[in-house]
Amino acid sequence: MAKLTIEDLKRIKEQTTKATALRQGEARVKITVHMGTCGIAAGARPVMNALMEEMAEADRQDIRVVTSGCMGMCSSEPNVTVEVLDTEPIVYQHMDPNRMRQVFRRHVLLGEVQTDFALAKI
Amino acid sequence: MRELSLHILDVVENGITAGADGIVIRVKESAAADRLQITVRDNGSGISADKVRHLDDPFVTTRTTRRVGLGLSLLAAAARRCEGDIRVNAAPGKGTEVTATFQRSHIDRAPLGDVAATLGTLIMGNPQVDFVYIHRLDDKEFTLDTRELKRELEGVDLSSPAVVSQLMDLIRRSLKELASGGSELRTKESANGQADD
Repeated sequence: MAKLTIEDLKRIKEQTTKATALRQGEARVKITVHMGTCGIAAGARPVMNALMEEMAEADRQDIRVVTSGCMGMCSSEPNVTVEVLDTEPIVYQHMDPNRMRQVFRRHVLLGEVQTDFALAKI
Repeated sequence: MRELSLHILDVVENGITAGADGIVIRVKESAAADRLQITVRDNGSGISADKVRHLDDPFVTTRTTRRVGLGLSLLAAAARRCEGDIRVNAAPGKGTEVTATFQRSHIDRAPLGDVAATLGTLIMGNPQVDFVYIHRLDDKEFTLDTRELKRELEGVDLSSPAVVSQLMDLIRRSLKELASGGSELRTKESANGQADD
């Protein structure tokens, strides 16, 4: 039967301890998914879930994901801000799961800003 | 919003923006009474009595950066078109409790939707916040308590994508069983009544 049991928790711990043991120290990349009412209504949650899948697959320990409120650009939601250490933060607009995957693989992992989706530098 | 779970995500994010580090989400469904009730309680900075009276007005907000606030007004509209209503109990420094009720079988009631995705998003994006999710359907109950999970998974980062992904799978399976009338779903903390703290 599906329920959260102690056995489930032990299994999760066994499977993830190795993966999360190194999640210490400074982050090199910070990704902010803007989760105001406007962002949520426009589809920020599927964007966040796609990001989670990409991160789980990439297994990178130096990337942090946070949520925040509306940044005031409601008409361009869902917005995602990518901050790579020592570079200018880039705000992406009209994000969807596919765009999020592209931004993660090309910008976050390879450093190539995806100008087609970029709204602004901050 | 297309799903009630998106309203939940929105109200919880409001609480986190208000400085909350503990959120309790309750979903209570009663088939016999034909009601669905969603309650979100946070321990954030709270809201003044004056603002509480006008919270379902889209042109009233506690923000100072602009003059519209759509979150609670959208939830209020969703509840009222389903023979329900919204109630807000809040006081400065004492947190906020938002309760929305719906006629469960109302044709205009949005589906509860992907609750697991909402909880996964919250856990992954807000590692500093403790969440308790309690879903009761008639006499069956499912509870997720991240404080309990952090104790049980000591040394594991609960907000890491690999952990959140597995938690979401478990939540989906548990809620599916709850909806299909499976046997009692009750974790240790809910059985002890500690999840209500």
